[in-house]
Amino acid sequence: MLQLIDLQKKYGKKPVLLGINVTISEPGIYAILGPNGSGKTTILKSILGMVVPDRGRVEFDGINTRNSTDYRTRIDYVPQIANFPQNIRVGEMLLLIAKIRGAQPKRKTELIELFRISSYLDQRIGALSGGNLQKLNLTLALMFDSQTIILDEPTSGLDPIALIALKDLLREEVKRGKTVILTTHIMNLVEELATDITFILDGKIYYKGPMDELKHQHGDTDMEHVMANILMDHA
Amino acid sequence: MRKIIAFTFKDFVRSWWNVLYTSFFLATALSFLFLNNDLSDGIVSIMNVIIFLCPLIGSIFGYMYFYNSQEFTNLLLAQPLKRRDIFLGQYLGLASSLSLSLIIGLGIPFLLYGLTVSTQIYDFIILLFSGVALTFIFTSIAFLVAIYARNKLKGFGIVILIWLFMALIYDALFLMVLFHFESYPLEKPSIVMTMFNPIDLSRILILLKVDESALMGYTGALFSKFFHQPVGMAVSASALLLWISVPTILMLRKAKRRDF
Repeated sequence: MLQLIDLQKKYGKKPVLLGINVTISEPGIYAILGPNGSGKTTILKSILGMVVPDRGRVEFDGINTRNSTDYRTRIDYVPQIANFPQNIRVGEMLLLIAKIRGAQPKRKTELIELFRISSYLDQRIGALSGGNLQKLNLTLALMFDSQTIILDEPTSGLDPIALIALKDLLREEVKRGKTVILTTHIMNLVEELATDITFILDGKIYYKGPMDELKHQHGDTDMEHVMANILMDHA
Repeated sequence: MRKIIAFTFKDFVRSWWNVLYTSFFLATALSFLFLNNDLSDGIVSIMNVIIFLCPLIGSIFGYMYFYNSQEFTNLLLAQPLKRRDIFLGQYLGLASSLSLSLIIGLGIPFLLYGLTVSTQIYDFIILLFSGVALTFIFTSIAFLVAIYARNKLKGFGIVILIWLFMALIYDALFLMVLFHFESYPLEKPSIVMTMFNPIDLSRILILLKVDESALMGYTGALFSKFFHQPVGMAVSASALLLWISVPTILMLRKAKRRDF
């Protein structure tokens, strides 16, 4: 179970999160939405301990994450920007992260096949295209088969084949009882995947719940329009 | 932490910069030894290169490595690793690989010139110790600045300014103080002031060992007057170790609280 309790964060004088409370206890795909700079990535990074909240706390399976690093063995994290050491080869990178994490990369072979990166294993990371870098980013994170998956804008640079593969994979993971938390600006992806959305606006939760309810509240069936309308109203 | 050290070390050893750095030391040491044809003179000549170059390279590579590996560091931060292990590991890995370049680059030419059968072997070890200490000190300072700096260019400027200050400006200020207060007893303040500059400390440490009193300058002469050779060396070597520890501890303290 993941709990964000009164999470507050300022960058310098700029407040980003003004008391975020979220509890996730059921398997599903949870999308965190909001305009640029609304603090979506800050929320994800706070869960992983990469950002230190000014106030409030994150609890993962009842443990305050501030005092622990072990809980991260149960999280697979796909960062927004994939940038790895340029001199190292793709295959070496996969081995390295498994070694550093001290865990068995149970799904490595399967994901290499799924994202079609087997022919790049001997290539230096510096020579990879943006899309292939993102496929490596996904493989690196998801190969550990953890119970919770956190993805920050996971679709950037992916070709249609990889995109379909990723969507199928995430649906499959939920069926296997996993919790997926993702941020994205692509509303089609949210409509196709998300079981629950959390909409962040001005540092607070504007809406949390099923997507259809939000659509219903705004009398529109298109999520992109709903989002745009909310943002226009607040502009 | 050992895995991070090993990775950073390997990553840098394989880079072209490292090859260039090692080759530079190889070429410099070979040419100095060829021109001087004497190990002791060679050591003093090379001292003048390493006390400026090791701090500069440690500063630049330390800062650039920290910045260029930021995204990878973020990936490491999402793993079940302590922040201390990540940053200390990166620092030790980088400083060790830079030090290895220095040891190989200087070691091979000196071995070829019969270092092992000479009496200068301990002088040479002190030379290497100083170079390694300066590399660790300035890499640590660069990491410290990088972890505080939010603006890449500004941080780089600060790192270069620190190097410039220690390598050149500090001595000029020191001299001005000595001239200004020449009527006062300045021995003890001078020794204290020397402790605040690792480049001066290294120079004194090496010159105390090779016993080149003509090159020691005022503070070197003071060191040999106040401390007998072994004590003077122990004091300056301890001060250098302190110079490594303090920025590293400060860097790790900041790393614990910083957002990534």
